[in-house]
Amino acid sequence: MTATTDAEVRIFLDPTSERATITRTLADRPATLEGKVVGLLDIRKPRGNVFLDRLEDLLNQRGLRTVRFSKPTFAKVAPVDLRHEIATKCDVVVEALAD
Amino acid sequence: MGTPLPEGIVAVVKADCPTCRLVAPVLGELRAAGVAVTVFTQDDPTFPAGLNPVDDTGLDVSVALDLDTVPTLVKVEGGAEVERLEGWSQPHWESFTGVAPLGEGLPEHRPGCGSLTHDPEVVERLAARSTGLRSRRLELARLEDEAEAFFERGWTDGLPVVPPTPARVLRMLEGTTRDPGEVVAVVGPDFADCTVEKAAVNAVLSGCRPEYLPVVLAAVEAACTDEFNMHGLLCTTWFTGPVVIVNGPIATEIGMNSGVNALGQGNRANATIGRALQLIVRNIGGGRPGEIDRATLGGPGKYTFCFAEDEAGSPWEPLSVERGLSEGTSAVTLFAGSGPHGFADQKSRDPESLAISMAWALDGVFHPKLALTSDAVLVVSPEHARVFREAGWSKARLRARLIELGTKPMSELVAGAQGCAEGMTVGPSGATGVGPVGPASASGDAGIPKFLPEGLLIVHAGGGAGLFSAVIGGWVRGAIGSIPVTMEVKP
Repeated sequence: MTATTDAEVRIFLDPTSERATITRTLADRPATLEGKVVGLLDIRKPRGNVFLDRLEDLLNQRGLRTVRFSKPTFAKVAPVDLRHEIATKCDVVVEALAD
Repeated sequence: MGTPLPEGIVAVVKADCPTCRLVAPVLGELRAAGVAVTVFTQDDPTFPAGLNPVDDTGLDVSVALDLDTVPTLVKVEGGAEVERLEGWSQPHWESFTGVAPLGEGLPEHRPGCGSLTHDPEVVERLAARSTGLRSRRLELARLEDEAEAFFERGWTDGLPVVPPTPARVLRMLEGTTRDPGEVVAVVGPDFADCTVEKAAVNAVLSGCRPEYLPVVLAAVEAACTDEFNMHGLLCTTWFTGPVVIVNGPIATEIGMNSGVNALGQGNRANATIGRALQLIVRNIGGGRPGEIDRATLGGPGKYTFCFAEDEAGSPWEPLSVERGLSEGTSAVTLFAGSGPHGFADQKSRDPESLAISMAWALDGVFHPKLALTSDAVLVVSPEHARVFREAGWSKARLRARLIELGTKPMSELVAGAQGCAEGMTVGPSGATGVGPVGPASASGDAGIPKFLPEGLLIVHAGGGAGLFSAVIGGWVRGAIGSIPVTMEVKP
């Protein structure tokens, strides 16, 4: 085997954050919404509220309880407190994207 | 150095040096005369033959001695250097060693050669070895193409990059006094730490020179503030990316372009600083088009968009001074902007007429019927600026007039007005919508300004010929989108 000289070894530095990707599995989907609390999250895109209003009507007609939430702005991630509140109060959540 | 120097005389030589080859027999004469000579060799471990040279091809001893020249003789007493002699000089060697005669038949003087530690390639290798760079090291196979390797790993913006060797990164880090391990910003969407070192690696990729690094660091820091909201800007479907406007002495020190083609290609500092910021967002933050970057169309400014203000030729105070920094302070201002939209006015010679043209050009930002939705940068060229200079208009006066001219009655802006469904929403504040809503009581005649004063940035740049200026349209303004951020460039 030929020895590799220093000049032949090309070393470069990693420009990334070097983070390992964490793969999370999705939470189990409930077989039925019976007895579940449904969170409705408006991300504050135009007319997202229209969509959620209608959805809420339909869910309430089926006797389901809904809780409304909204992000301060669509342009930033939901604050951690809001995420925690949704996770605490709801069994499932519908996030309305709209434009 | 790990081990102390041997007592007596240390001689450092390299086979590649004619003077070293010349004096090799003299080293033998010293040995024969009973002098304790230890010979270290920098290149060929077998040279000089017969003198049992110590292999210093790793250059540890040479570095520790901080050698300039070979041959060098170093007198060591008690493990420490007491005297040294460079090159070959018969009388000096005789007095240095106390052995005479020495080197009979040799020329009396010969200068030495440069120590291998000063070879440019070796210097970088040594520097890379001796510092604590923390980035993961990637080794490429001999037959692997460098440029292709970086494309394959997804580390480029679609254009080739400069491979970040440890030596290049170290040279880049010379551009700042900041510690390589210092965290400059937390970069979304991954919210990963960007250290000075990681910024330097990406600055190398981008093609920056070391003296640009402080500007890159300030730009990254400003971009990743909550106000500027780089994360949201990256994710948006809108056209915008971070626009970097540089003020203060550093702009001229590093050769930035604020003149002819200031918003265009061809200047290394302009091109690579803006690109470095985007590569950091991509590589550190994990922001990649088609993944988190959801731009419908994007724009060429997302490769790089960075320019300097022409302060010397401006009739007005620099942008950074207007935004609170002192004159002479180097600064970056980050603006969430799309590409420049040029407009002509070749006939106006009075400021009022020219302001009307400018207000019309600004009216198209985001949508002519959406007011208070977006900010804008107005880049005033020298020929247009001259009109205001000669008329004695301050920047504040121009801005105030532009806002006045851009104010429209709600009846023209409201959704559906003028045969166009797009437009302002009338309703209580807090209703959803990209833009703010008009006042709940809007009867149709309340005037709505297109821009707020703090959202209309005016800078001076461009070549000396052309009665043209440019509008850089913004994104969603204010706390729900992006607020321009000015930050001092620190060394």
